[in-house]
Amino acid sequence: MRQALEGSQAIARAVALCRPQVIAAYPITPQTHIVENIAKLVADGKLVCEYVSVESEFSAASVVLGAAVAGSRTYTASASQGILLMSEVLFNIAGNRVPIVMTCANRAVGAPLSIWNDQQDSMAVRDAGWIQLYCADNQEAVDTTIQAYRIAERTELPVMVCVDGFTLTHTLEPIDMPSQEQVDAFLPPYHFARTLDPMKPISLGTLVSPDFYPEARHSHHQALLNAAAEIVAADADWCALTGRSQGSLVQVEGDADASVAILTLGSVIGTLADAREMHPELGPVKLIRLRAFRPFPTETLLQACAGVTDLVVLERALSPGGGGIVGAEVKAALFDMPNPPRVHNFAVGLGGRDVPLDIYPRLLQTVRSQSPRPFAVFDVDLDKLPAEDR
Amino acid sequence: MIEVRIHGRGGQGNVVAAYLLATAAIDEGHFGQAFPAFGAERRGAPVVSFVRIAERTLRRRNQVLQPDFLIVQDRALLKVPGVLDGLRPGGGILVNTSLDAATLSEQVGSAVVTLPATQLARTHLGRPVPNTALLSAFLTLTQILPMDALTRALEQKFRGDILERNLRLIEAASQQVAAGQWKERAHAAGA
Repeated sequence: MRQALEGSQAIARAVALCRPQVIAAYPITPQTHIVENIAKLVADGKLVCEYVSVESEFSAASVVLGAAVAGSRTYTASASQGILLMSEVLFNIAGNRVPIVMTCANRAVGAPLSIWNDQQDSMAVRDAGWIQLYCADNQEAVDTTIQAYRIAERTELPVMVCVDGFTLTHTLEPIDMPSQEQVDAFLPPYHFARTLDPMKPISLGTLVSPDFYPEARHSHHQALLNAAAEIVAADADWCALTGRSQGSLVQVEGDADASVAILTLGSVIGTLADAREMHPELGPVKLIRLRAFRPFPTETLLQACAGVTDLVVLERALSPGGGGIVGAEVKAALFDMPNPPRVHNFAVGLGGRDVPLDIYPRLLQTVRSQSPRPFAVFDVDLDKLPAEDR
Repeated sequence: MIEVRIHGRGGQGNVVAAYLLATAAIDEGHFGQAFPAFGAERRGAPVVSFVRIAERTLRRRNQVLQPDFLIVQDRALLKVPGVLDGLRPGGGILVNTSLDAATLSEQVGSAVVTLPATQLARTHLGRPVPNTALLSAFLTLTQILPMDALTRALEQKFRGDILERNLRLIEAASQQVAAGQWKERAHAAGA
């Protein structure tokens, strides 16, 4: 049923539809409305589960790790410094191959302190070994949250559903909430094969000697690569059930034969899509959205880039002293193409800076007027910089 | 597409106003989108929220820089730089104030419609929260949605006595402005 919902409220309802048994979370802007809404569903008796209020994000992640290996379906959510505080546990969850779903309400990482949206937080933990899916809108956030449980439980890998903070979490828009019957049909009850049980004792999280460590790392890497098929299957099956596909690994729209393409992650794609429609005079442009960032969808990306001569990579984070994070990974993937596109790599919308519609003509102007330059933060106001940084 | 920017202060229900307006539009079968541009969230600080209403799905996420209409929940905010920025030619400004429209229009230098929304809210709600009265006036001026749509949006948000009080408030607010005064402008914007 189509209804007006705030993104956070819709995500909370989607989580509840998945029948989690243990939820632990510590509130942090802009994730707060998600966990408040879930806490209310629990308090109102609409969601029967153990809701553990913890004193930090480190504990939130630790509680869901413990609960998951005790056999529960679990959920947590965080953002920004909260993601960093739980980062040690995030690596442990993934390395122990424990299926957990969490929402990252994407926010800038301090310092300087910012409560606003970019994607530095989830990018900072991209090597933790989690599946990462980036959502374009709130309908996708709802559908991806549900898909994430199935992906996690089939792969024994945790899934981070990345949702732009404020831009999506605090936006009210029409949402088609799936029914409990649909979600139950899609997501059967789960049994974790390595559930800790005193009657059948096993160890989990033990010291691994050099004799096995490289193999464990290889397996983890391979499991993430293999997870691509489960991400594709989950979206296809969800589409069969609800009529909605949310973009699988890589979503391509716009002009299929365009020689210019813009690639991004998350909700910026919507602004670009509207701007493209407003500017047919600027010529054909293809829009490419990486829905999956881990596993990195190399093969699908290369297909999407066929025939593209200029690729603009827009990202919402950076590696200071290195450059673009997404840009570097995209370039690495394109290296094996016979005629790879020229890559123009920019960070946009850092720390909540508005990404206006006119970024589209300005980006295309930049691409057409100059050869690719090193990574840059787009739209930096030189007047605000000390002379040596201009 | 109609774009509305709502200026208020923390505690005045600025985000709730935007959500109610978009909810009413969505429930009437239109596309609606509402979102805030928060500063530091604290009572009294200037806050801004945005609403887009359209006949087809909009995917943009950028802030509303060129609104068709402005709703200003506190007259003192008119002195804050940027509050009137970007208003489209012929756009409407609705201000919560006990001043009459002619006086304030002269002060501001553009035509405004005024509504003593805080006073009305004190009378009918017993609390100085002007947001629902302003929404009622806005719908009366523009006629973009039937008043029933606001009633139903309020019914989703409030219950019991507070709902009844709000319904009396929007009825009273509606009678204080000229029905359809902004109808043509709203129609031109694509209502």
